[in-house]
Amino acid sequence: MLELLLFSSLNGVLYGMLLFMMAGGLTLIFSMMGVLNFAHASFYMLGAYFGFEIAKHLGFWIGLVAAPLLVGFVGAIIERYGLRQVHKHGHVAELLFTFGLAFVIEEVVQMIWGKLPVDYRVPETLDFVAFTMFGTTYPAYKVFMLCIAIGMFIALLWVLTKTRVGLIIQASLSHPNMVAMLGHNVPRIFMLVFGGGSVLAGLAGVIAGPALVTQPSMAALLGPILFVVVVLGGLGSLTGAFIASLLIGLVQTFAVAVNVSLSDLFQFLPFNPKNGSVLGDLWSVTVAQVAPVIPYLLLIMILIFRPTGLMGNRET
Amino acid sequence: MKRLAIWPLAALVLIALPFVFDSGTSLTKMSLMCIMAVFALSYNMLLGQTGMLSFGHAVYYGLAGFMSIHALQILAGPNASLPLVMVPIVGAFTGLLFAFVFGWVSTKRAGTAFAMISLGLGELVAASSLIMRSFFGGEEGVSADRSKLALWLGLDFGAQIQVYYLIAAWTFVSVITMFAITQTPFGRMANAVRENPERAEFIGYSTQMIRFISFCLSGIFAGIAGALAAINFEIMNALSVSGAQSGAVLLMTYIGGVGHFLGPILGAMLITALQISLSDYTGAWMLYFGLMFILVVMYLPGGIAGLIMMHEPVFRAGLLHRLIPAYLMVSAPALIWLAGAVAIIELAHHALVKAATEGPQLVLIGLEFSSRTMFPWTIALGLFVFGAVSCGKVWPRVKNAWSEIHSLMKQS
Amino acid sequence: MKNATNAGPLSTALQLRDVRKQFGQTQIIRGVDLEVSEGERHALIGPNGAGKSTLFHLISGRIGLSSGDITVLGQSIIGRRPFEINRLGLSRSFQVTNIFPRLSVFENIRCSILWQTGHRYAFWYGVANLKSVTARCEEVMEQINLHQRRDTPAGVLTYAEQRALEIGIAIAANPKIIILDEPTAGMSRSETAYAIDLIRRVSEGKTLFMVEHDMSVVFGLADRISVLVYGQVIASDSPEQIRGNQAVREAYLGQAEEQSA
Repeated sequence: MLELLLFSSLNGVLYGMLLFMMAGGLTLIFSMMGVLNFAHASFYMLGAYFGFEIAKHLGFWIGLVAAPLLVGFVGAIIERYGLRQVHKHGHVAELLFTFGLAFVIEEVVQMIWGKLPVDYRVPETLDFVAFTMFGTTYPAYKVFMLCIAIGMFIALLWVLTKTRVGLIIQASLSHPNMVAMLGHNVPRIFMLVFGGGSVLAGLAGVIAGPALVTQPSMAALLGPILFVVVVLGGLGSLTGAFIASLLIGLVQTFAVAVNVSLSDLFQFLPFNPKNGSVLGDLWSVTVAQVAPVIPYLLLIMILIFRPTGLMGNRET
Repeated sequence: MKRLAIWPLAALVLIALPFVFDSGTSLTKMSLMCIMAVFALSYNMLLGQTGMLSFGHAVYYGLAGFMSIHALQILAGPNASLPLVMVPIVGAFTGLLFAFVFGWVSTKRAGTAFAMISLGLGELVAASSLIMRSFFGGEEGVSADRSKLALWLGLDFGAQIQVYYLIAAWTFVSVITMFAITQTPFGRMANAVRENPERAEFIGYSTQMIRFISFCLSGIFAGIAGALAAINFEIMNALSVSGAQSGAVLLMTYIGGVGHFLGPILGAMLITALQISLSDYTGAWMLYFGLMFILVVMYLPGGIAGLIMMHEPVFRAGLLHRLIPAYLMVSAPALIWLAGAVAIIELAHHALVKAATEGPQLVLIGLEFSSRTMFPWTIALGLFVFGAVSCGKVWPRVKNAWSEIHSLMKQS
Repeated sequence: MKNATNAGPLSTALQLRDVRKQFGQTQIIRGVDLEVSEGERHALIGPNGAGKSTLFHLISGRIGLSSGDITVLGQSIIGRRPFEINRLGLSRSFQVTNIFPRLSVFENIRCSILWQTGHRYAFWYGVANLKSVTARCEEVMEQINLHQRRDTPAGVLTYAEQRALEIGIAIAANPKIIILDEPTAGMSRSETAYAIDLIRRVSEGKTLFMVEHDMSVVFGLADRISVLVYGQVIASDSPEQIRGNQAVREAYLGQAEEQSA
């Protein structure tokens, strides 16, 4: 039991940090530019695929550095020549543009690398067991991922609080119009933030690729959860995104380990719905099976009880 | 008043179409176009008319479809209580029910938050399709036989031609109703909420209530579309509640044009036609859709309907002929540009995907190329670049023609 | 100048009692007591940044009170949404034009009377055949002098035309209380004169509460004037008394009269 708790907590925190690597960038982009980047998870996917491709020819470690930068470059180009064009048509158009972008990126990735998962492997230098507890091993690669995620978090915190650009970005989190009026080169900052957010998403992809499956649908699988995190945390709040990421990461990881269903809990009741009916399905489904859906249930709950999110302060 | 003439005309066209296009595939295509038109129009009640962007509209379409297919199973038999022609009512009620429940939660927020909520709800329902196997039928879905229901006026609706007329009739009724709703006090206020939700509150209206009603009404018609799909295909699977289906209706509606009532109909017809025929010619058809969508979002936010309606005042002023020379001049470079783009995509697709299975030869417009050699690539790139450059050179003529027209129209 | 009312004590249309509003640590409204009687034309003047627009937002429900109470026609508006307050009979215009851009002038006006004429959320009958609604719209468009631009999208109108439409939307539904936030902002002399004449006509028999900077307008139109300085009402009296008030002169009028002279 304790081992389950410990390992699930570790994995939950890891998953949460991974989510935050992406949700953080997404929140920054949304707060600054008012556009919720649908293609953010696609940058995550590009990071994994670029990492895979570079690792094939130049090794994992070069890929670790080069792939996120490449993704950032792609993001900056997209912002400069795509998003900026659409900006004048309004927020809906921007959202739709990023939606179309996600679609096209998935198609192109499928075209280049195929529909099946690619063999993006953990590098040999990290392919060992970090520690063993209660008879279960914990891979070193996961510890590595955790270190990178925490390192990124610290770096982000430092940039936001200690550098000039960071302070400007912080200001625009709550007062984007004012920042523009103060005379800062907003288009360039936009490009920086969009590119920066893409770098973070790409980094998440590079390190997650070997651990999770690298396949063309990885963006579509993770994308909606990312948006749930952002809405749950409160649109525009970085702290909210952090808390929501950890919350969802932990909840989902714990849920997957729980193989209990309503029928197990209420065995003693004479109530026994038929096997082939809707009620029967709901009665016999285990928490583990429901795990992928839990973030969306949390979304609905927060909307009923606290529509602005856990820490939201800005209306959209 | 002459605008009212469009309805009997449309009815006549719907009735007459099977006499012109009488093959089985044409009937299926037209049936599908009608279904998608209703679906897209229901979506535009949200997006174009009330300003609500939803990424989860397939939920109401799909759930209604599943309810209808189960209804078809239950109603099979000579003494059924409901004939097939009334089954779309089941769809309408299902759509309304779920729109009511989900809408109450969703319309608590607006704008981007609403869009994300719709996405989350869509994913929730799509994921539930794997959990609730009895309702959703698992991977194979749920099927039924529509011809097993009670006869109606002697018809069993087994043949596609009969189903087409059923679908066409329901489509006609739905379209005319949705149009009528736009002309009601509610319809007008929905537009006001779209334009300026804040001000709408200050003239006595709860924007949340307007959005909620819009949501419910749109659910009804999405439900009808779902029921028609169930009747048409006699099978429903989890794809119909998926994010992909929600994305498809968004694509159709936006490309067709959200600013005009006819827009979604045009979009549905175009995308359905392309979807069916394009996939025969190229494996990269999804990529084309995505690129087309992005181009519309970037350069043609009014969609195809917007593009057409842009010419309406020009046509009425009798100045349309002034545009023709410029349009003709730009059409040649544009076609070359398009040919180049298509060639590049096809070559890339072939080289990356098909070459492994079909060998290095590619057949493009009847000619054989090898996607591995430089020759076809240089041609494709050349066409693309030449087309782009010459388009750019000729485009000012189009702009000039338009500014001429604008100044002429201002004077009159 | 005073509106004729029935015999008997004047009842209060709008009452503010120790109204306070702060944003974070910043206090904007610092305890305002104000009373507007039914049928009165009441002007609110004061230097920029005094909190006049904030007061309007509080009264119309756009933002919530930090403390205190506001009653509209006897009903407290605390916690009420803007549409609830509007349904009580209070209608407002905005300082920054807040119209429906892609709807025509006619549609703009029509939407603003649909609730009051009882049509609510009806989606089962058409709006084109509602003769009384159309007639009222035509009437309002004549009043605001925009009947020529009936079918023009509101976003295409000139600035002054939009300001006229802004007033039109506020008055179309025959509200009991009309509150106008700087209705003549940005208008030329002749446009202002026309607008003031319009405001005088449509506020006949109604309660009017408006913010203005043009002193000739204020002193020519208002029955009573309140002066808001730094979030507090320093005087609330007849125009003659206000003109002679020492504190008001120091805070505001002294400078303003020089400017508009």
